[in-house]
Amino acid sequence: MAKRTALITRKSLPNPEDIFRATLPNGITVLARSNFNSPSVSVSGYISAGAIFEEDEKLGLADFVASSLMRGTQSYTFDSMYNELESVGASMGFDSGVHTTSFGGHSLVEDLPLLLNLLSESMRNPLFPANEVEKLRAQLLTGLSIRAQDTSDMSALIFDQMLYEGHPYSRPGDGFTETIQSITRDDLEEFHRLHFGPRGMVISIVGAIDPKKAFDAVSRTLGGWQVEGQKEAPALPPLKEIKKTVKKHYQLAGKSQSDVIMGTIGPRRKDPEFMAASLGNSVLGQFGMMGRIGDVVREKSGMAYYAYSSLSAGSGPGAWEVSAGVNPKNMQKAIALIEKELRRFVKNGVTKEELADSQANYVGRLPLSLESNSGVAGALVNMERYQLGLDYYQRYENMVLSVKRDDVLQAARKYINPDALVIATSGP
Amino acid sequence: MTDKVTQTTLKNGLKVMLKEIHTAPIISSWVWYRVGSKDEATGKTGISHWTEHMQFKGTKKFPASVLDKAISREGGTWNAFTYLDWTTYFETMPADKIDLGLRLEADRMKNSLFNEKEVASERTVIISEREGHENEPLFRLGEAMQQVAFRVHPYHHEIVGDMADLHTITRDDLYNHYRTYYVPNNAVMAVAGDFNTKDMLARIKELYEKIPAGKTPPRLKRVEPEQKGEVRLSVEGPGETTYLQVAYRYPSANHPDFFALAVLDSLLAGASNLNMFGGGISHKTSRLYRALVDKEYAVSVSGGAAVTIDPFLYTFTLTVHPDRKAEETLSALDAEIKKMQEELVSKEEITRAMKQARAIFAYGSESITNQAFWLGYAEMFASYDWFTSYLNKLAKVTPKDVQRVARQYFQPQTRVIGTYIPNGAEA
Repeated sequence: MAKRTALITRKSLPNPEDIFRATLPNGITVLARSNFNSPSVSVSGYISAGAIFEEDEKLGLADFVASSLMRGTQSYTFDSMYNELESVGASMGFDSGVHTTSFGGHSLVEDLPLLLNLLSESMRNPLFPANEVEKLRAQLLTGLSIRAQDTSDMSALIFDQMLYEGHPYSRPGDGFTETIQSITRDDLEEFHRLHFGPRGMVISIVGAIDPKKAFDAVSRTLGGWQVEGQKEAPALPPLKEIKKTVKKHYQLAGKSQSDVIMGTIGPRRKDPEFMAASLGNSVLGQFGMMGRIGDVVREKSGMAYYAYSSLSAGSGPGAWEVSAGVNPKNMQKAIALIEKELRRFVKNGVTKEELADSQANYVGRLPLSLESNSGVAGALVNMERYQLGLDYYQRYENMVLSVKRDDVLQAARKYINPDALVIATSGP
Repeated sequence: MTDKVTQTTLKNGLKVMLKEIHTAPIISSWVWYRVGSKDEATGKTGISHWTEHMQFKGTKKFPASVLDKAISREGGTWNAFTYLDWTTYFETMPADKIDLGLRLEADRMKNSLFNEKEVASERTVIISEREGHENEPLFRLGEAMQQVAFRVHPYHHEIVGDMADLHTITRDDLYNHYRTYYVPNNAVMAVAGDFNTKDMLARIKELYEKIPAGKTPPRLKRVEPEQKGEVRLSVEGPGETTYLQVAYRYPSANHPDFFALAVLDSLLAGASNLNMFGGGISHKTSRLYRALVDKEYAVSVSGGAAVTIDPFLYTFTLTVHPDRKAEETLSALDAEIKKMQEELVSKEEITRAMKQARAIFAYGSESITNQAFWLGYAEMFASYDWFTSYLNKLAKVTPKDVQRVARQYFQPQTRVIGTYIPNGAEA
């Protein structure tokens, strides 16, 4: 099996020969790749409208808009749109982030034209019917009361507030009760009018279809979309430096478990240290049963069911954080253990063996992460979003293997200062 | 997903299911044991799940610290699940690396150490897992529902187990449980992916056939007596949101009515996604969404049944709209169930349910891990035919069948209604 596998592996990864990429005259970038192993197709992408455009008193507006897009358009009611989708077992949805509103969907390949048509209709012609807006508002507000009782959500919320003080990343995408209450139907309409448009839009289609045909289908449905004066996003402001460790606890009575999130600012996806930081993070809190953090907090001390670290690099600087769910009486002990591991990480970096393990994992897991249509569709979108190049997966192995121990140590020291951490906790 | 499957039983009773798929250089290997929380007596609840955790704590050949690293280093993924009726372990790996997974599972079928220190450390990990669940209102409500619905049958407790037992189960209890149930004649091995069947079978025989068969473990079976009258319960806890659950008795997956009920589920609550890996669909045009969420009795609604060996439950879960009382939401739900019982559904609705099922199966077939999952999973409560004939059986369901099962299974006298009452809300 071995020889044949190496060949298939390289051939089976997305590469410039089998990825179709073209840009429509209105600015939409289309990516497509075929996979005839299953009669299904996945669509993924984004437009350049996100929470970065929100005023502080209207937090949650981008999210409210994204959730409203399919609730009534020029040609469909909420029910008739979902009826079209669900009757054929298709699925589609929108989600908002700081920089973009993303979309995704899947269907049997015979229903791709329907899926694209509904995607186009939702993005271009939403009507924000007043009754639907009010129904949705009640659902969003209930979501916020559920969030207010969730130890993990509340730790994450106060973590971001401390880590990104004064920066758009400090604000929760789903807003607050007061801001959701203050958003009017006019706000929704205006946000859509100013920020939704084809410029900067990316769409990828992966599945049982010839890539050129997929491109033609996008061209037919979205090629005629023109928007005058689509606004440019403001630049991200600089971050405030965290000079010494800050802590905050959000009390939630009646809970059996506390959630801890602690960490610091990490790199952006396009920063040169990204790969070294990512491999370092793997050693720190991912590899095997959640790396060193999992070993110390879960395996050795039996303190938590989950304890791991993560690096969420995007267009802007992401968070490099450690998360754990622990019994309230063990919370300070767990924090001390994690702090100790961070100090060790910054002082000594990783061992040769640890680095080699994570490198092998990064290379070996590729076929698995790119197995499903939605996995590949997402990968193509990220290639475009972060300008990784269509040959990214051909270069990937070298990029991973060329990271040295010293690169990891430098990245760790650049981003993590164990005396200047943000520590957010929530629980009784 | 109906390609050729090779089935055979080794001399020691281990059933082997193999399916070649050459779409990607990946192999997924699963070992299923016929043991789950339904095999646990009072005082030992949670022992199957804890045993599963201990299976990651090492053998002599593969010590704990070596195991996880070895799999990750090869770019593989592995995990395990404990359910009501079964426990399963899987490794999905690059095709040329699967031998590690095969050797590891063969070894831990018999040679896990269950070291005393590791048992002690895992005790607090599992207690922490349970405490995490207890943070969730719907876990608290679901646990109460299950305990009221099953007084006699061992489906009465949560898979994670009761806190009392998590404090008292010993190393020897765990090891005995392991030795009793982890025998080849109580297991099914299912492998799918990029291999040659003859070579794969030869390798499996080499590794597994020497593991001695054990006594076929008996399954705990105490039949739940018929419920005579609706039961209502409430759970109070922090929060501002009221949840409502309504559970009806549901037949086993092997029962002929299962398929008519699957159509009913699809129409009422939206098509359930039976895949473990692979996308489902939204449910915003199900009858319940239209009648309850669209009409603002509830903020969300879902419904579904667990696929089980013995009769279990079909449960509706509703997040009550903040402007409504739980009773109003319940009445609206009842009205929709009544409609199912009184009016025949249309043929078009059944065709729609069929298409939805076909799409969900297609999404599931994108993943080799999911295809290997189905090989063994279906064997746990029926046989692989159950899976391959699923769509054909759905196609035979008539509007009258749907009406009959709606009348037979959705009776108020055999249901349990539970409400989570938030103590942060105004009365």
